Amino acid sequence: MSRLRRTMLYVPGNHPGMIRDAHIYGADSIMFDLEDSVSLREKDAARMLVYHALRTLDYGNTELVVRVNGLNTPYGRVDFEAMVAARPNAIRLPKAETPDDIREADELITQLEELHGIEYGKIKLMAAVESALGVLNAYQIATASKRLIGIAIGAEDFVTDLKTTRSDDGIELLAARSQILFAARAAGIDALDTVFSDVNDEAGFMQEVKLIKQLGFDGKSIINPRQIEIVHRIFTPTEEEVRKSVRIIEAIKEAEEKGSGVVSLDGKMIDKPIVERARRVLQLNDAVKNSYFSTR
Amino acid sequence: MRIQQVGIAGTLESSDITIHIEPNEGKGIDIELKSTVENQFGRQIRSVIQETLLELGITDAYVRANDKGALDCTIRARMVTAVNRAALGSYSPWEVK
Amino acid sequence: MMRNGVGREIPDNILGIGALRPFEKNMVNGMQKNVQPFKDRQRNSERNRVLDSIEAAVLRTGLKDGMTISFHHHFRNGDFVVNMVMDIIARMGIRDLVLAPSSLSDIHGPLVEHIKNGVIRRIETSGLRGDLAQAISNGLMDIPVVINSHGGRARSIASGELPIDVAFLGVPCCDSYGNANGFSLEHGAISACGSLGYAMVDAKHAKQVVLITDNLVEYPNTPFAIPESQVDYIVVVDSIGDPKGIVSGATRYTSNPKDLLIARCAAGVIEASGYFTDGFSLQTGSGGASLATTRFLREKMIAANIKASFALGGITGQIVDLYEEGLIKRLLDVQSFDLRAVESLKNNRLHQQIDAEYYASFDNKGCAAHQLDVVILSALEIDLDFNVNVITGSDGVIRGASGGHSDTAAGAAAVIIVAPLIRGRMPSILDKVNTVITPGHTVDVLVTDQGIAVNPLRKDLLENLKSAGLPVFSIEELKAKADRIVGKPDPILWEDKIVGLVKYRDGSIIDVIRQVKRKL
Repeated sequence: MSRLRRTMLYVPGNHPGMIRDAHIYGADSIMFDLEDSVSLREKDAARMLVYHALRTLDYGNTELVVRVNGLNTPYGRVDFEAMVAARPNAIRLPKAETPDDIREADELITQLEELHGIEYGKIKLMAAVESALGVLNAYQIATASKRLIGIAIGAEDFVTDLKTTRSDDGIELLAARSQILFAARAAGIDALDTVFSDVNDEAGFMQEVKLIKQLGFDGKSIINPRQIEIVHRIFTPTEEEVRKSVRIIEAIKEAEEKGSGVVSLDGKMIDKPIVERARRVLQLNDAVKNSYFSTR
Repeated sequence: MRIQQVGIAGTLESSDITIHIEPNEGKGIDIELKSTVENQFGRQIRSVIQETLLELGITDAYVRANDKGALDCTIRARMVTAVNRAALGSYSPWEVK
Repeated sequence: MMRNGVGREIPDNILGIGALRPFEKNMVNGMQKNVQPFKDRQRNSERNRVLDSIEAAVLRTGLKDGMTISFHHHFRNGDFVVNMVMDIIARMGIRDLVLAPSSLSDIHGPLVEHIKNGVIRRIETSGLRGDLAQAISNGLMDIPVVINSHGGRARSIASGELPIDVAFLGVPCCDSYGNANGFSLEHGAISACGSLGYAMVDAKHAKQVVLITDNLVEYPNTPFAIPESQVDYIVVVDSIGDPKGIVSGATRYTSNPKDLLIARCAAGVIEASGYFTDGFSLQTGSGGASLATTRFLREKMIAANIKASFALGGITGQIVDLYEEGLIKRLLDVQSFDLRAVESLKNNRLHQQIDAEYYASFDNKGCAAHQLDVVILSALEIDLDFNVNVITGSDGVIRGASGGHSDTAAGAAAVIIVAPLIRGRMPSILDKVNTVITPGHTVDVLVTDQGIAVNPLRKDLLENLKSAGLPVFSIEELKAKADRIVGKPDPILWEDKIVGLVKYRDGSIIDVIRQVKRKL
């Protein structure tokens, strides 16, 4: 089963204190940022810092992602060279607009993997779409590389591109979120939602997390460790859901042992989607049980 | 590489270190360190600075470091950045030699 | 037989009772009794204790070279009283004094000069900070400073081990007879500090008591912390302190994610400890993580329908919130940390002012600290034996206070230390702490941002926390984790000279503080 990506914590790439402590808050993934949070004059410093941190520090089982600068910028190529050598779990490509953007990144990573003697395909890719064109190409982007494990929406640039702004209920993002989600599901990869930047608006944040969970997203990018617990809590299945899922999985096992093809529980047939849902509920529940600080 | 001008890297935030490198032509390496953990880590910080300079082939440099509790990997990263900026170089530790 | 003042025959002696003293009529101002109306009587020269100046008060007390004087620290870093009184005493040429305040802060830097000039020979305090602390750590004094816990100080004053000749106590409101308090019900006190819990001990036991106020109010000033019966003189001055330094508006609720992480975990530890039952009692400190623990605990108390019987110690607005919500039934307040706490002490009936003896003294007939279930305490350093240092910084220089740390650790059933695993580049867990304030056998749990350690003496707690799924490690494992990140610090180098003696709450010496060796 693929790993959970409920929370992806942004860490500004030129901030040693935050880089050092990024993993202690229990986010599923950490995303070291070389792009928007780093000023043009400090691109070299941030790249060097994140490279040394990734080579030196122990982040346990947390998934490590680096958001590099695009290959159409003066920093993109060096970012890729440094970061592939630093061996994070994945590289996140910002402002993806066409499948060619992805293919270009994929090929570059392949070359660099070979150069450093890294097993082919080890370094994964994530793509963030942040424009109308990117959203329209979402499925082509999501299927452009075998390295892709997730597609994300970056809302700030996107709403600007749409000539609108972000609202509390997120109506302006609904179509794009849905499109991203369809693309992700059709491609069999994760769908990741955008950041919510007002750290102090806890109620607004909760509302948005509930919305994207209901839409079907796997998780959300976050900018402050305080948001982690809220996302995890909302993604935590209820006890009723857990009980039911346990029974479904047990029924399946029992049926398999008996060699029976059709499985039913409480008189209802259990089909594949129900089993998949039950597995996901149990995975989320295990994540809560094993997380540092129980959210219940 | 040779230090040609002043190069600065790093910030004054907690867990960071500011490295200021300038030419010291023919006079070897001079390190002036100020650190919040001078008593406990001063020796270690100096040796990381020395090692990095050695690795980059710098023989003459005046280094002023203002440390706020940076880890060794941060000190190394800030040193390389400062040297690249001071020597107009592009030393890349990730390059395959 | 003799005739007494009212003309009765009284025998000189009675077998089994002894010599008898016959009644005599005492005359006041030439009158058989004081018949002045109440208002004038306040100004009766025989009874008026209000003096014109601090000099006058010092003269009247007969303060001499070598005596012991005391102050309280309820005005924290806003205190004007210590510096004001010491400047005057120095000008009057009195020398060789023992200074025994309940604690000292950054603002007391000017004392360095009085030490150099021989006005102050020796200091007993709970804490030292800033320039004064730095100078003392560098060997300023010939005789080491004695560091007391709050309970230990109360004990040594009450027992006569530390006799106070004159106590100079700043009071935010006071009447002309000496009834004084840290707040005023109707005469809004500008320098209000809430509880006068530490000062009450001095007022009770000092040979002479001088109150210094900037707010003289109508008699009788009730409620009072210090009663007229304990007061010798009163001096009115322009200002006894800076309100901003005395109390903060509200102790700030931390937004530091690391503190919040530690706090959530500490609340989890309390919940799982076995002591989280209806009627439990608690004390929390004023540090970021400790305060935030209160908020997380609140959620758990509501969810489990558990109410605390009392909260003790330094009272904060966060604790007051829980009281006002009915989650804590009573507050016992030796020190009010913020304006919310001051207001609550003024307005809430079951918010009780207590003195430091009642709070934490070791050898009276019972103190509140010994009734605690749970206490949350901070630490500068903790070691593999769970000994805690809250007095010397990682550079070995004095920069903290003993406070109620060892008192509540000894008293509470579950003692939880909250500390980040790493501060800057310094690990919080050491092989040996630089200075022991609280002995490890009284410390039960360490909560860091990267895991929990339980004192091996507490197998019961270990079991409880493990079965609750909390991230429990051995303290050695946590230490190794930190050392892997920061590397191993070089030990501090010390001179031979002892600059501080740390007294445990029972008066015994638990550690010494040496002078820090200057860098070469």
